[in-house]
Amino acid sequence: MSFPLDLLINAIIAGLLLGGFYAAVTSGISIAFGILDIVNIAHPAFIILGSYIAYIVNSQFGLDPIITSIVILPAFYALGAIVYQVYYVSFERRGQEALRGLAFFFGLLFITEVVLILVFGVDYRYVEAIYIGPTLHFGFVDLPLRMLIPCLVSLLLILVLQVYLTRTFIGRAIMAVAQDQEALRLMAADPIRIKRIAFGISIATASLAGAFLIVIQPVEPSVGRDYIGRVFAICVMGGMGSLPGTVIAAILLGVVESITATFYGPSWAPAVSFGFLLLTLAFRPAGILGR
Amino acid sequence: MTAVAPLLEVDDVSKRFGGFVALDGVSLTVTPGERLGLIGPNGSGKSTLVNCLCGALHNESGTVRFDGTNVNGMTAHQRTRLGMARSFQLPRPFTSLSLVDNLRIPLIYSANVRRGSHFTAAEIEERCGELLRLVGLDAKSRRLPRDLTQVEMRKLELARAMGADPKLLIADEAMAGLSHSEIEDILKLLDRLNEHGITIILIEHIMRAVMSFSQRLVVLVSGKKIADGNPQDVIRDPEVERAYLGQ
Amino acid sequence: MRSWLFTVVVIVAGAALFAVSRFIQNDYFFFAGYVVLQYIVLSTAWNILGGYCGYVNFGTAALFAIGAYTSVTIHKLLVTSRIYPVSIPELIIIAGVVSAIVGLGIGYLTLRLRGAFFSIATLALAVVIQTFITNWDYVGGSRGAYVIRPQTAPLVGSYIQYLFLVMLVLAVLSIAVARLIERSRLGYGFATIRDDEIAAEASGVPTLRLKLIATTLSGALMGMAGAPLPYYVGYLDPASGFNLAYAVNSIAMPVIGGTTTWIGPLIGAVLLGTLQQWVTVTISSAVSLLIVGLLLVGFVIVAPNGLVGLMRPLFERRHR
Repeated sequence: MSFPLDLLINAIIAGLLLGGFYAAVTSGISIAFGILDIVNIAHPAFIILGSYIAYIVNSQFGLDPIITSIVILPAFYALGAIVYQVYYVSFERRGQEALRGLAFFFGLLFITEVVLILVFGVDYRYVEAIYIGPTLHFGFVDLPLRMLIPCLVSLLLILVLQVYLTRTFIGRAIMAVAQDQEALRLMAADPIRIKRIAFGISIATASLAGAFLIVIQPVEPSVGRDYIGRVFAICVMGGMGSLPGTVIAAILLGVVESITATFYGPSWAPAVSFGFLLLTLAFRPAGILGR
Repeated sequence: MTAVAPLLEVDDVSKRFGGFVALDGVSLTVTPGERLGLIGPNGSGKSTLVNCLCGALHNESGTVRFDGTNVNGMTAHQRTRLGMARSFQLPRPFTSLSLVDNLRIPLIYSANVRRGSHFTAAEIEERCGELLRLVGLDAKSRRLPRDLTQVEMRKLELARAMGADPKLLIADEAMAGLSHSEIEDILKLLDRLNEHGITIILIEHIMRAVMSFSQRLVVLVSGKKIADGNPQDVIRDPEVERAYLGQ
Repeated sequence: MRSWLFTVVVIVAGAALFAVSRFIQNDYFFFAGYVVLQYIVLSTAWNILGGYCGYVNFGTAALFAIGAYTSVTIHKLLVTSRIYPVSIPELIIIAGVVSAIVGLGIGYLTLRLRGAFFSIATLALAVVIQTFITNWDYVGGSRGAYVIRPQTAPLVGSYIQYLFLVMLVLAVLSIAVARLIERSRLGYGFATIRDDEIAAEASGVPTLRLKLIATTLSGALMGMAGAPLPYYVGYLDPASGFNLAYAVNSIAMPVIGGTTTWIGPLIGAVLLGTLQQWVTVTISSAVSLLIVGLLLVGFVIVAPNGLVGLMRPLFERRHR
């Protein structure tokens, strides 16, 4: 009996591509939770929102979803800024982010899902673009373009974010605000404004991630729930707030998930990411590239 | 003359945070009834030491023995039940409980264990009232901590530590930012406690208070103990002057 | 009010409610009432860990479903194979034990983590448990399992009235337990965990042990609430068992009612439960869930102490 090596290799390759995409999805949480310590479990809801907007524009006007998502980046950024302002005024300022903040984001997650169900129903929605469908073949290796393109753009996004966070003043202020708000104030930067900018960026990434998602797979309102575990697992494994760590953890998760799905069936996939999360929390809360 | 068994023995305790060495082989002993002052510049490891002693943090190496028992690996609440109590630098009252209920907690979770039997409701009332009177807060016994002033919160903090019926009280910068008379109040309180036989470790920046209160002075700089002895001798130590007082 | 007296009062109130309901001819009252009572149990159970200790558990649906699936499993093992006709009270007890163990296990794995990580971990565990059950063919996997309801009910006439009575007893039990905890040493300990866990430890409170007690108790009650579900509906599949509505409601009801006392979850469950029943019938279930979500977010922002918190100043003013 021959071991299905080509199946394994394709599973790994699919996993790598998936991992790149997961990194983009998680980048928002790396900023919100890893750096700002805001437990935004509603992040997947914003991603799904991005997916549906890309779907509407694509089905009405035929525009490419990824281009659409870039165009609406400012809108998502503004949304993030507003959400943070509400969060700050209602919870962070009063020191009640533990219970109330979590309930708040959970409520947002829930409301988004229900509204999407009411408006769009539970049918799967998908987009059409020239790179959805074709697959590159190298021998027995398959590279579906609908996974390759999002993966490449994702990695580009991560690169841009990393450069921004390490080279620009505001980017470095964002990294610093997690460590020492006082020092930031002394540098005449308003920590609240910095956090608002950071959270805005976090939600803006959701717009792009949403477009990637609907390119890779058809989307329906409850898909977001699967991603809660994934993003937090990757964020924690990647060492919270470390974008390079996020990429490594995302690829690792993507590969394991892909292999599991290929050999044991896709219904086990959610358990993989959540299982990873539990293992990481149990044994290495500091993550792979720990802080 | 027979030597008195030390109450607290800290032996070569070290603690790192990633690459940063917060405590580097710190050793000291405290005898029962002693008044020990602990000073050092910001970031010297004083709070880390307190946290390691009380179990809020775990030291990687070295041992801590309290009252003859090795407390390594024990949780904070177990150490409190042994007789080690602390007040926090920034007061951490139980915000949803009244002052009297704040004091009830160490009574029903520590002092009763130390005593070996539960307190009756009447005993709890009495003991809490006593503690509140001791710190001058009995008028506000039914109020919530948010109605207290800064110095009152500090006093509540000390009263709550006392509620656990400790043998050793570690007061972590209980006087920061207080006025002259408020500092006097706290010092008098600590004096009274020490007269009742409670060993006290006072961690402070306010030199006047530390000098007048301590029988022995320990100086911590960059995680290392650089001096340990009579307060007058210690402050004249050139190394101490250079490392700490000269700043 | 002394605790034993309170327990008596609650039992009497429950008995009175049931006596009155016997005059109601409309079966719909019992169907809807069952759901509201179920939510009283779930909210009260959630609040023991969430409101009293301050640890937000997103996995209510998982513990509830474990109770339901325990019933299905035992039903298939013993009833369908005619080994032993298990009664619902027995199923409830077994489900309670199973859920208690699972609750304890979840707690053991996650309670050493900081609050936020704990909550995320409960979400993770809920999904893992759901995935396992969905892949477990003995209980029907994703297709679900059927449970045949007995023709007649013990004690009372119709089966739905019997289920109503059972759930009423559970509601009385959970309220009595919550109130008992609140006034006890345990309740004080829980409050310190919520207010400041580090200070609690420093005061001698064994925080881990108390948190484990809370999760076990909370889990047990949730499982017990889930045990009669297969008999109520006649059918159970992962979609209905793990329905997100349970997770949201068990959080929304205490938050809206008020998380610091036993009254909050009761008020929240009764008000929100009946509201949802009404909206589901008049508009749709999706809209009723939307309303719950909006109310949750609204209350959390505007009235974080819930309805109890809003009403408290009124009582204090009157008593002066």
